[in-house]
Amino acid sequence: MKAPPFAYAKPRALAEALELLARPGAQALAGGQSLIPSLNMRLSSPELLVDITGLAELKGIGLEQGVVRIGALVTHAEIERADVVKQHLPLLAAAVPHIAHPAIRNRGTIGGSLALADPAAEYPACALALDATIVIEGAKGKREVKAEKFFKGLFETDLKPGELLTAVEFKAQMKDERSAFLELARRRGDYATVGLAAFAANGAKRLAYFGAGDRPLLATHAAKAGDLEAAKAALAQDLRPPADLYHSSATKLHLARVLLERAWNTL
Amino acid sequence: MEHAVEATITVNGTEVRRRIEPRQHLVDFLREELGLTGSHLGCEHGVCGACTVRVDGAIVRGCLMLAVQADGCKVETIEGLSDSGELAKLQQAFHARNALQCGFCTPAMLLTARDLQLRNPKAGREQIREHLSGNYCRCTGYQAIVDAVEEVLHGKG
Repeated sequence: MKAPPFAYAKPRALAEALELLARPGAQALAGGQSLIPSLNMRLSSPELLVDITGLAELKGIGLEQGVVRIGALVTHAEIERADVVKQHLPLLAAAVPHIAHPAIRNRGTIGGSLALADPAAEYPACALALDATIVIEGAKGKREVKAEKFFKGLFETDLKPGELLTAVEFKAQMKDERSAFLELARRRGDYATVGLAAFAANGAKRLAYFGAGDRPLLATHAAKAGDLEAAKAALAQDLRPPADLYHSSATKLHLARVLLERAWNTL
Repeated sequence: MEHAVEATITVNGTEVRRRIEPRQHLVDFLREELGLTGSHLGCEHGVCGACTVRVDGAIVRGCLMLAVQADGCKVETIEGLSDSGELAKLQQAFHARNALQCGFCTPAMLLTARDLQLRNPKAGREQIREHLSGNYCRCTGYQAIVDAVEEVLHGKG
């Protein structure tokens, strides 16, 4: 199908973008790899698309004082190739190849993925596992939200109308810290049936599941368990995965346990 | 054309300047405004990959990019890359190996295979499959396509 009509603006400065986004019916357009399909299928019909891809301050990856800052417009392909990510965010580096396909990774952005908050997407779970900070700009200025507070429900985030996600900040992984990324999908590049982004530091684990709820979820009971068997049992307290077309809730919980087993010894 | 925006796009080396409706995606623009019908539309929501074109050197889904977003960009399609001879070896191998039947997916398959050749010329079969995973072919079962790409990458006859 074809997209419905809409107006288009490409601001050159953040202030101008925020002004445009404050208008009724305005919607930000970044890589467009989820927004344009939804327009083509007429699932959304904004009056104004504000193309933010010209905003230089939303680009680039930087490492400063142990924090990796990734601009909202950084594409999956750029993350895939970035040495700073390979070196300091191995969890993210392991996640990227699971995101769709090369042609989509060339356009899709990390900011777009986080702001959309698809419950089966990779980056939101990584942000949760790594306790990332989401940076948001709005008419009232800049604010920061922890990933745990940012993802609120099915495609629902803490972003208010008119606000723009501008960057995400991750603490660089230290030498004695561990991470693991595992995903089960029916076909390569598909959204996850179930996935796990896991991080361990100072004996404490953060197990972020995706495709297992209405948003990425931390399995807090399983993370506190003393051994693998106890952790697998505890997952039932953490996850009540909704069934999809192909998998029952029980199957998804089973698969979540399989992933935990695979990740356990690497954490 | 109430929302039309003026854009300048270099398509296969030729600069074109047009007023474009924002809702028109890049492949509709190429096909309907410029008559370049080698880029195909299958699903129009990013699943099938038949619309693959190259924008500023990177392959993209042409149905998931608005034509106005290509303002100032260099767009290359199967027509340009075929005429320049850049795809000749791949085209020959696809022909020799029967790596197509109906041919609907072939232009995009060639562009994606060429992208792999440029980025990872030593790719093995698994990596070839991985790179082509976003391009659907409903005829061949992929075996012959992977054979053809492998032949070009590794000179296997």
